[in-house]
Amino acid sequence: MSYRKPQFRHPRLEVNDLGLTHRDYEGALSTLCAGCGHDAITAAVTQACAELSLPPHRVAKISGIGCSSKAPNYFLNHAHGFNTVHGRMPSVATGANMANRDLIYLGMSGDGDSASIGFGQFAHVVRRRLNMLYIVANNGVYGLTKGQLAATAELGMKNKSGEASLFTDIDLCVSALQFGATFVARSFSGDKAQLVPLIKAAISHKGFAFIDIISPCVTFNNTPESTRSYDYVHDHIVTAAVADFVPVKQEIRCENSDADSEDICLHDGSILRLSRIQPDYDAHDRLHAMARIEQVKAEGKILTGLMYIDPEADDYHEINQTTDTPLNALKQETLCPGNHVLQTINDSFR
Amino acid sequence: MKKTDTSHYRHFLKVVDCQQACPAHTPVPEYIRLIADRKYTQAYMLNWESNVFPGILGRVCDRPCEPACRRGRVEDDPVAICRLKRVAADYKGDIQALLPEIPRTKNGKHIALIGAGPASLTVARDLLPLGYKITLFERDLQAGGMMRSQIPAFRLPETVLDEELDLILQMGLKVRFGVAINSMKAMLEEIFDVVFVGTGAPKGRDVRIPGRQEAKDHLTLGIDWLASVAFGHTRSIGERVIVLGGGNTAMDCCRTAKRLGGKQVKVVVRSTFEAMKASPWEKSDAAGENIEIIPNHTPLEFVMEKGKFKGVLFEELKSSYDEKGKRTLTPTGNTVMMECDEVLIAIGQDTAFPWIERDIGIEFNEWQQPVLDETSLQSSLPTVFFGGDAAFGPKNIITAVAHGHKAAISIDLLCHGKDPVLERPVSDFNLVSQKMGIHEWSYHNKIKLDSRYPVPRLDWQEAIEKLTSEVELGYDEKLALDEAHRCFNCDVHTIFSEDICIECSACEDVCPVDCINFIPAQAEETEVRDPIVVNRLRVSDINPEQELFVSAPLKTGHLMIKDEDVCLHCGLCAERCPTGAWDMKKFILNNAKAAIE
Repeated sequence: MSYRKPQFRHPRLEVNDLGLTHRDYEGALSTLCAGCGHDAITAAVTQACAELSLPPHRVAKISGIGCSSKAPNYFLNHAHGFNTVHGRMPSVATGANMANRDLIYLGMSGDGDSASIGFGQFAHVVRRRLNMLYIVANNGVYGLTKGQLAATAELGMKNKSGEASLFTDIDLCVSALQFGATFVARSFSGDKAQLVPLIKAAISHKGFAFIDIISPCVTFNNTPESTRSYDYVHDHIVTAAVADFVPVKQEIRCENSDADSEDICLHDGSILRLSRIQPDYDAHDRLHAMARIEQVKAEGKILTGLMYIDPEADDYHEINQTTDTPLNALKQETLCPGNHVLQTINDSFR
Repeated sequence: MKKTDTSHYRHFLKVVDCQQACPAHTPVPEYIRLIADRKYTQAYMLNWESNVFPGILGRVCDRPCEPACRRGRVEDDPVAICRLKRVAADYKGDIQALLPEIPRTKNGKHIALIGAGPASLTVARDLLPLGYKITLFERDLQAGGMMRSQIPAFRLPETVLDEELDLILQMGLKVRFGVAINSMKAMLEEIFDVVFVGTGAPKGRDVRIPGRQEAKDHLTLGIDWLASVAFGHTRSIGERVIVLGGGNTAMDCCRTAKRLGGKQVKVVVRSTFEAMKASPWEKSDAAGENIEIIPNHTPLEFVMEKGKFKGVLFEELKSSYDEKGKRTLTPTGNTVMMECDEVLIAIGQDTAFPWIERDIGIEFNEWQQPVLDETSLQSSLPTVFFGGDAAFGPKNIITAVAHGHKAAISIDLLCHGKDPVLERPVSDFNLVSQKMGIHEWSYHNKIKLDSRYPVPRLDWQEAIEKLTSEVELGYDEKLALDEAHRCFNCDVHTIFSEDICIECSACEDVCPVDCINFIPAQAEETEVRDPIVVNRLRVSDINPEQELFVSAPLKTGHLMIKDEDVCLHCGLCAERCPTGAWDMKKFILNNAKAAIE
């Protein structure tokens, strides 16, 4: 078994604005099962960060426990990383974001980590609209504990040993919409053409961005009865709206701005070009999005693409009116101005 | 794009760039693996089978394989393929038992070979085990041809040469040394069924400028002079020597002159230093022995002063290239006088067939070269074949060997009443999986990052003291193993089965050199590289000389397109494939000689 990727790279590999190639955004060689969807997500994150020319050391990747939460080890070797306890990624991400709002926060979680043990944490980080990208690698099973069905598995879906799910699933996109996320998307690890622009847009989005990525578990959930197998997803995918990401520096051309496409200006000045695949889909209507997800599911299909976006909403720092300077950069005298200031405040109440 | 045809060996051979580039299609990665396993004898025999002179070629081959080596595309230097061949020859054990058996009962056909160089000897090596009776004619008293007369002993020791020539000379052929053939007509009247001409390019080109006649005692043609040194007739040279010409013969001349007493040896060449015909390593070897190479000068006159030879007058030239890359040399009018005692003229050599009558059915073209069928090397007289430098003008040893193989096949067909062109045998191939278990391969798939190891050599001052001191000492075993592990094993192919691919993209993601692509594309019946599709590749700046391996449409209708250009054959795609749609299979070209084009 190979534990290391050869250092040789293609001599004509494209470089980004920082002079880095996508290979400079890689991590260790994956030890996940061969063919794991999470590895494709890793590759998509790598590609998205390279294309955005993010300085790797400006990124903080935070995860919990599970196959999905191992994945940050396999991308962005030069980023900050924190592998927390099970289901507690949102708390650590919130703390870190409070201390240093200047970093780019990338949370990586799975269906167990977010929809079971960490569901409460998930709910609160969404409603606080923490400025981060929250990725769930959703395979419907607990791979690390040998393939029990997860809370995201649909009612009736069978696991590898033939046992069917007795309960209604938790749809994390619907939950995120209900809790107030301002960027909600669903995608498929096997469709990088859709996934990479979504990740780029989500990173550029200010506020809480959530992407639920269907990521087949080749070992425990790639059976013919599974609704998360490569074949099933390839056959049942329906796209709501395709996002195309136009970076700040690129000139915006309007030639194909027909009725079915719309340009949305993101916080950093980049443009999200939305092309509706379903003509009546409205990505600005939260209730509409929730209804459509459920509708499509009832038809036995999977709705993917960008489902909802609100680029104007305030994020946690704005709601809380926190200081613009990251806490970790504030001087001692600013944070704790001393007894005489306290006296002045106290005096004002007398 | 159309699915790649994998039913023919051509696709697979093209990916093994070194083997494809070798005129004799030596299975390079296979012998390098054998060296890495310290199976030197087997490595030697594998070489011997395809290139006949591994010990010789391991020292003096033109090595077309090395510029082709894939390693040179991802780092500075290719694998030292040539010098590893020498390793196999240096460390081999006894090979007597492994040599082919020569049948006692002959098949009744008698072949004449003219000239005992690499081409003729290859024909002999290939045909003797088939029961042919062979008579070899050579004007010199020893075999080897230009390998003996033109390659100096400090590059190719006589013992190495003799050892490999003797392997063939002892296979039971009749040799007639010291016999110069003066008439092809007379030859054809003898008992031979077929005559093979491997007489090389024995005529050195001369310089026709003023003073040529007057200064003739101080001027020698390079190849004649080298032969005279090789056979011991010339043992010294003047102190100041000028060598005219920029090819490998010029390099051998100047280095030999240095060893025979030349104190101040200069090479003067018309072209720029970069455009010189000599191999880069030969140029640097000469420069390393304190020999001055002066480019951009053309000789105007051999100058005599008061009846004594003074030197050569040169004019400076300017090289310029037009848009098509065609070079023009423009005289600048500046002249330079270079004084010297002797001049060696090494500006090229030609074939010479004054001994072949023009009325016996062998057609010659306007350049006085025989008209040959390129596939069979047969002349317009069906029983006469040509090979080596005699066939199409001077090339190199390995090309002569390839010609020998080709001609041997043709001769064998002709002697069996078959058409040497239409009824030629076709090579086929095997693919053998290298899978030993999950993530385990029977070849060394870990990519070594080491740079090319230089071959240890004598200090140049020590080297030039004696004509026969071999300059290169060869790799020791440790260096040889380290160098052998640099090989990418390009003959271990990535084989793709589209019917079991689940399109998880694991291979695309893991590939360290971005060669695997899954793209929505039409499987149209077109051979051309559709620019729209090429634009969608992960690296669209593709090398036009390399293969794109295109699959049949997958379940989603996408195509798998692999750019073979810089594939490291590391096997990661196959390791990360959950269904075994990728496998690493070793390509074995059967009857490689028939694949020589």
